[in-house]
Amino acid sequence: MATATEHAPSQTRQGPKLPVLEREKLILNGRSYHWITERICGVLENRQPFLWWLLFLPSALIAMVGVGLGLTYLVSTGVGVWGMTNRVFWGWDITNFVFWIGIGHAGTLISAVLFLTRQNWRTSINRAAEAMTIFAVMCAGIFPAFHVGRVWMAWFLAPIPNANAIWQNFKSPLLWDVFAVSTYFTISLIFWYLGMVPDLATIRDRCKPGLRKMLYGIFSLGWRGGNRQWSHYEMAYLLLAALSTPLVLSVHSVVSFDFATSIVPGWHTTIFPPYFVAGAIFGGFAMVLTIMVPARQLYGLHDVITMKHIDNMAKIILLTGTIVGYAYLMELFVAYYSGAKYEMDAFKFRITGPYWWAYLAMMSCNVLSPQLFWWKACRENLWVVMGVAMAVNIGMWFERFVIIVTTLARMFLPGDWKTYSPSYVEMALFIGTIGMFLALFLLFLRFLPCINIAEVKWTLLESDPHHDDHHDHPDHGVERIPAYQRELHGKAIVGPDN
Amino acid sequence: MSTTRKRVYGYLAEFGSASALYKAAEKVRDAGFRKWDCHTPYPVHGLDAAMGMKRSILPWFVFFGGMLGTATGFGLAYITQVEIYPTVVQAKPANIFTVPAFFPIMFELTILFSGFTTLFGLLALMKLPRLNHPLFASRQFHRATDDAFFIAVEARDPKFSPDGTRQFLEDIGGKSIELVEEED
Repeated sequence: MATATEHAPSQTRQGPKLPVLEREKLILNGRSYHWITERICGVLENRQPFLWWLLFLPSALIAMVGVGLGLTYLVSTGVGVWGMTNRVFWGWDITNFVFWIGIGHAGTLISAVLFLTRQNWRTSINRAAEAMTIFAVMCAGIFPAFHVGRVWMAWFLAPIPNANAIWQNFKSPLLWDVFAVSTYFTISLIFWYLGMVPDLATIRDRCKPGLRKMLYGIFSLGWRGGNRQWSHYEMAYLLLAALSTPLVLSVHSVVSFDFATSIVPGWHTTIFPPYFVAGAIFGGFAMVLTIMVPARQLYGLHDVITMKHIDNMAKIILLTGTIVGYAYLMELFVAYYSGAKYEMDAFKFRITGPYWWAYLAMMSCNVLSPQLFWWKACRENLWVVMGVAMAVNIGMWFERFVIIVTTLARMFLPGDWKTYSPSYVEMALFIGTIGMFLALFLLFLRFLPCINIAEVKWTLLESDPHHDDHHDHPDHGVERIPAYQRELHGKAIVGPDN
Repeated sequence: MSTTRKRVYGYLAEFGSASALYKAAEKVRDAGFRKWDCHTPYPVHGLDAAMGMKRSILPWFVFFGGMLGTATGFGLAYITQVEIYPTVVQAKPANIFTVPAFFPIMFELTILFSGFTTLFGLLALMKLPRLNHPLFASRQFHRATDDAFFIAVEARDPKFSPDGTRQFLEDIGGKSIELVEEED
C-alpha cells in the first residue's frame, strides 16, 4: 500500500528520479556552535558601533522630552492639555494606544504561533520580536493609564475593595481592556524572560568575575543546561506558547470591543475583532523588519538572520496586508448592503470628508504597498523591504486614526461636529513614545542577547542526535517518494529502460 | 593555601557531539545510574528517552492553576456585580445571565494564573534559582552553555565508585574526565 511517507527500498529505486526538495538552511556558511555564541554574545560584549550612539542619544532625548516632560505637564496641569475642547476626546491618544498594542502582537505571534507550528525559522528573530512586544506594550500602557485624568487614582481600575464600596463594572469593555493588556504584558514578560535564561547563563559563563558576572548570574538563576532542567523547561516553553496564542488573539479582540460593543456608526461592526488582530500582526511584522534589518546590518548577523527569514516575514506581511485590505472592503460592503443609513454615511464621510487624506494614506500604505511582495525581486531588495515596512508602520497608525477620529468628529448631533486637531502635548507624547521604544530596544541590543542562542544552535543539522546514524543503517540514502510519484515510478519500470 | 576539606561531587565527562552524548546517555541509563545528568548548550530532543526520564508533570500544575484562574475570574465578577454592587449599565442585567459579559475577564485570568503556575512550577521542578553549584567549580563546565556536551555522574549515586565510574565513562567515549569537588 503506497502512502506518502513510505520509504521505498533502495534496490527498487529505478525510473525517473525526482529530487526531494531541500530546505533552505537557516544558518548559513556552516557556522559552528562556538561561532554562534561568539557572534551573538559579541553584540553585547564588544564596544557598540558609532551608529548605536548616534541612534540612542537622540532617541533617549526625545523620550525624556516627549514622555518625561509631556507627562509631567499633563499630570500637573490636567487632561485639558490633551485638547479636550471638542467632541474628539483623546483622538491621538487612543490611536497611539491601539497602534502600540498592535505592534506588540507580531512578537507573540512569532514566538508562540510559529513555535507551535514548528516553524524553525522563528528562532533567529523571536527574541528581538518579543523584546519589541514588551517595549511596545509599555509605550501603549502610558496612554490609557494617563487618560484617566487623575493618574494617582489609577488604582481604581483594579478590583480591590475600597472605601467607597464601589466596584468596577465587569460588563464594560474598558475593564476587559485593563485585564487583557495587563495579562498580556505579564505573560509576554514571563515568556521573554524564561526564553532568555539559558542565554543569560551563556553570557554569565563568558564573563570575567565581577559585577557583570554577578548580575547575569542572578538573572540566569543558576542555569546549568542539564537535561533534567531542559525537559521541564521545554514543557514550560510549550505551555507558555500554547497560552500566549489564544491570549494574543484575545487582546486585540478586546481592544476592538471598546469600539465594536458601542452603537456608534463606523465602530459597531462584527468584523472588528478579526480585522484588528490581522492588522496587529501586519503592523507588528512591519515593525520587526524595521528594527531587525538595520540591526542585522549593524552587527553583521547575516549568517543567522538570512534572506530566507526576511523573505518569510515579507510573505506574512503580504498575506496579512491582503486580509486587512479585505476587511476594509468588507466594511464598506456591509455598510452598503445592510442599508444602515448612518453606517453608510459614516463611511462616505471617511472617504470623502475632510480626512480623505488619512483614508488614502491608510489604503495606499496598507493595501497597495505590500502587494509589491508578490515579486521575489522586491522581497530580496532590502531597500524595498524597508520601504514597505515603513509604509505599513505609517499606514497602520493612520488606520487607527481614521477609525477613531473620523467617527468621533461626526457623531449623532450635528452641533457636535468639529474638525479635529491634536494638541501639542498629544503630539509630544506620541513622538516621545517612539523615542522611548527605540531607546529601550537599543538598550536591549546592548545588554541582552538579541538572538536566541540556544534555539539557533538547535536548528543546526548536527544538533539532531541521530544526525550521523546513517552509518549504522545499511539502507542509507533512501529517497522519500510521494504517492503521486509512485505511479510514474511504476510506469517507468515497465518502460523502455528495462 | 587551602585548608578546607573537599568532598567529591562526581565525575564530569565530555562528549564530542550530540549524537555521541545520546548514545552514551543510553549506556549510562542501562548501567543503572540514577543521580546523573546530561548538560548541553541547547535542548537535545530525544534525550529524555535516552536518559530514561518521564514526561514533565508541569502541565498538571498548570491545568489546576488555570482552573483556579477561571474560578477567580468568575467569582470576582459575579460577587462584585451581582452580590455586592448590582448596577444595571447599558441595560445589561445584574444576575447570572450576565455571565457572557464576564467571559473576557474569566479568560484573561485563566491565562494569567496558568502563566504564573508555569513560571513558579517550572522553577520548583528545576530546583532553581540556585546560584551556587559544585559544577560551577569545574574548569571546563562553562563550555556547557557554549559548545560542549557533558555527562555528570554524582557521587551520591549508589552505583558510583571512584575508579569504576571513571573507567565506565572512559569506556563509553567520555573525554577529559574530571573529578569535580565541592567544599565541605
